[in-house]
Amino acid sequence: MKQYDVIVVGGGHAGVEAALAAGRMGAATALVTFRKDDLGVMSCNPAFGGLGKGHLVREIDALDGAMGLAADHAAIQYRLLNRSKGPAVQGPRVQADRARYHAAIGSIVAKAENVTVVEAEATALELTGDTVTGIQVNGNTKLGARAVVLTTGTFLGGKVFIGNESYPAGRMGNAASTVLAEQLRGLDLPMGRLKTGTPPRLRRSSIDWAALDQQPGDDLPEYMSFLTDRTIAPQLSCAITHTNPETHDIVRANLDRSAMYGGQIEGVGPRYCPSIEDKITRFADKQSHQIFLEPEGVDDDIVYPNGISTSLPVDVQTSYVRTIKGLEAAEITQPGYAIEYDYIDPRALTLSLRLSALNGFFLAGQINGTTGYEEAGAQGLIAGLNAARHAMGDNPISLSRSDSYIGVMIDDLTSRGVSEPYRMFTSRAEYRLSLRADNADQRLTSLGMEWGCVGLSRREAFLTKSEALSAARDALGKKSFTPAQLKAAGLKVSDDGARRSALVLLGLPDVDFDTLVKLHPDFKAIEPCVQAQLSKEMVYASYLRRQEAQISALRADEGRSIPTGVEYHSINGLSRELASKLVAAQPKTLAQAARIDGMTPAALVLLLAQVHKHDKRAQA
Amino acid sequence: MDTIFALASARGKSGIAVIRVSGPRAHDVARAMAGDLPPLREAGLRLLRDGAGERLDSALVVCFARGASFTGEDVAELMVHGSMATVAAVERCLGEDHGLRLALPGEFTRRALDNGVMDLTQVEALGDLLEAETESQRRQALRVLDGAIGRIVAVWREHLVKAAALVETAIDFVEEDIGNFDAMIVAELRAVVHGLHDELAGQRARERVQTGFEVALVGPVNAGKSSLLNALAGRNAAITSDIAGTTRDVLELRMDVGGFAVTFLDTAGLRDTAEQVEAIGIARGKARAEQADLRILLYPADSDAPPEALSECDLVVRSKSDLVGSVEGISAHTGQGMDWLLDQITRRLSDMTARDGVTVRQRHQQAMQQAHVALSDAIDKLEAGDYIAELVAADIRIAMNALDSLIGVVDVEDVLGDIFSSFCIGK
Repeated sequence: MKQYDVIVVGGGHAGVEAALAAGRMGAATALVTFRKDDLGVMSCNPAFGGLGKGHLVREIDALDGAMGLAADHAAIQYRLLNRSKGPAVQGPRVQADRARYHAAIGSIVAKAENVTVVEAEATALELTGDTVTGIQVNGNTKLGARAVVLTTGTFLGGKVFIGNESYPAGRMGNAASTVLAEQLRGLDLPMGRLKTGTPPRLRRSSIDWAALDQQPGDDLPEYMSFLTDRTIAPQLSCAITHTNPETHDIVRANLDRSAMYGGQIEGVGPRYCPSIEDKITRFADKQSHQIFLEPEGVDDDIVYPNGISTSLPVDVQTSYVRTIKGLEAAEITQPGYAIEYDYIDPRALTLSLRLSALNGFFLAGQINGTTGYEEAGAQGLIAGLNAARHAMGDNPISLSRSDSYIGVMIDDLTSRGVSEPYRMFTSRAEYRLSLRADNADQRLTSLGMEWGCVGLSRREAFLTKSEALSAARDALGKKSFTPAQLKAAGLKVSDDGARRSALVLLGLPDVDFDTLVKLHPDFKAIEPCVQAQLSKEMVYASYLRRQEAQISALRADEGRSIPTGVEYHSINGLSRELASKLVAAQPKTLAQAARIDGMTPAALVLLLAQVHKHDKRAQA
Repeated sequence: MDTIFALASARGKSGIAVIRVSGPRAHDVARAMAGDLPPLREAGLRLLRDGAGERLDSALVVCFARGASFTGEDVAELMVHGSMATVAAVERCLGEDHGLRLALPGEFTRRALDNGVMDLTQVEALGDLLEAETESQRRQALRVLDGAIGRIVAVWREHLVKAAALVETAIDFVEEDIGNFDAMIVAELRAVVHGLHDELAGQRARERVQTGFEVALVGPVNAGKSSLLNALAGRNAAITSDIAGTTRDVLELRMDVGGFAVTFLDTAGLRDTAEQVEAIGIARGKARAEQADLRILLYPADSDAPPEALSECDLVVRSKSDLVGSVEGISAHTGQGMDWLLDQITRRLSDMTARDGVTVRQRHQQAMQQAHVALSDAIDKLEAGDYIAELVAADIRIAMNALDSLIGVVDVEDVLGDIFSSFCIGK
């Protein structure tokens, strides 16, 4: 029997990051995928990043993951969203060429040390008691491992709908793989059903591009990876068009033929990504909806019309698409469809994404109720890291809500569960002002180095940048000016006699780096990218100072793990109501407990006492 | 770690109230108020003055050093005269003049635990006490929320959620063609700022003093609740009869008890009834009684067992003593025990004012002030134009966090829910 440290099942975005992360940690890793050719496939829209999601890509990149580099290799259009707003809410986004992305991931995986791709179908888990010891593939071969990461997306109960037709998704019909599904169901985990939709794909040459408004990329591209320094692929524009009342009439007249509206689908869809059926029903007075026509690649003849996902029958799809400006002669190459699937309630997971019920078994990606490549990749990375640590006998790691979007996401998933496919938004991060896309490396790369998942070249690039930053920060902090000097330079400051450092000045709303250079020409020698980074740091200085106390309290609470099996009902002084809520929520840390509705500071003290008691026992 | 303070003296009105200040600034602030400090762990009599130099009270001051105090931090304890006015004045000085924060219930204990100066058995022994403290605050908050201000803060919440939703839409969904909402956001925020301003100007506080405390009369039908009310009033405020279920709604009687403005609530007697009007009366009475500051549970002398109290400060009283010729309990008929009852009520209310009446009001005051500043900042930014959206969002968040004891915690899901129901978001 082949023996690995870590086996990752599934070659989607979660699986790839998981296997690569485990490999970087030095774990002998098998990436088990049905077909080698499935690695890095973009099954939904041809884009990476955006608001919140761009932050996630940068964080994956900061921990030396593959997504950012592959996205840059595939990028056919760069746009920094919210460029006119502050740096904390700017999200880098790219349109990605499907073939190029696929190729880039394929080559990264092929070059990765410690990672072996196994082309096979995972058919069962090998278990000894509550401990996972490997998997069975193709119904007959055993592969041993100390930790297994499952990233099989919509594999549980996946069902595709087009109009009144429906069929099982993926390989669910295959008798062998149902053993794995049965095993998972046999664990009696809390599960739910979700749905998501896709639009019909259009033939690029059948679209009247000349009739449409073009949306070009940015002149100055903002790369997805901290290591990218040039544009790699040829750049393209997207086009924008709109639905109109005629489109809406056709959809409305055929609502009863839609799988979603005909009652065949019971799963919950995302509120932020409504189907065209949803849009015209829930927002009936809106006369027009925006559609982005996104090319799927430089040489690709397929276009992804973002904004009209549907589960209507093919004939209806064709007729409503052709009411839209520029799409009058559009040819549908693949009809839109809805997919419904089971997810495992992520409250069954620990903060390291290990299933609490089993030893050495980790879950990542869509199976945990999330949607999006970035959300999947980020979970994969954390699950892969922890699987490797588990295999090597190290303690699990997790990120904080105060240091990353990844921390926010995993904390949300494991403490609140999901009621619709979970997607990242910047508003989910209460410490958004310090979690910028531009400082993801400053927040996370040194942590990654400590954990051992950061390779040599990134390490060097990071250290060089950090040195330049701290030298410049030092220089700006040491150089100070009197109010008289500042007034002479045309700055409005109060005449309080206090000297102000260049760093403090940079935090003032009407001061930019050029102002500093005017005050002190030596600053000109500081590299432009360092100048930009320091300016961004100081935009929020006064707000960040106020949050410091809150953040340190949060971190302390996050560091206090609540042991499993606390008998809440027997804690003296804890009200019955709160005890019941705690039993239901099973918080993993004191910080999660604190966010439970109705939690009181006094009750937290009582919980803290339990944690201390447990720690003492553990030490004894 | 910030510096916190709270009334720490034991339950019950005594001549002395102890206000504990804990944290890195404890000694500095105590020194600023007392002029100079006695040596550590020694009591010294000092005259306390507020930030403007006005005399507050003469007090015994004791300081403890980090590592050798109740919380393990620097601590100053101010023992002042136990009147409500004195305690309020000292608390105001600590909060407003020196910018310290009112401790949350259990916070001293939590710090003690964090600093390793209290062992677990001690904390567990405190469990009931901590929870009772929280419970009394919750009850206070509930009362605030259900009254007139309850309706006002519910509207604040709506405005704030709406404003947050509009700002977040502009940030998180910039790709949607939705337009500009600056004017709407300003309008939402202004509504809250005006409300906060009115509250802070003290209108509501004055009303509250007039309203005073609520004391509910509770008990089974025909326990003599209305008779007691009438006896208290010295006039027929409630209709009494021997037919069970006479009181169908909540009757109120306002009077002065030991210097406190007290509203007695006469509630419908508790019993299972098929009659709809009476059932509604019972439900309403129950809800009012639960929110009251104090309940008097009456049980007639000729019934079997006394009822169970809802909270430890409730009074369980035997009524209709004249029926059985007993010298225990009260009789609205003969006036027996009425002085004793009024004395008990006075004692319990003074306990409450000493413990949290002042504190809760002060906490709300601080919260509203903080929210007022944050929202005014947000409006200034919006009106100046060319603002940084996420800083406006941060201001709104600061305000919502500050107000959460009044308006309830606003979760990101509340904001997202508003966004997705108002706008057709998504591709």
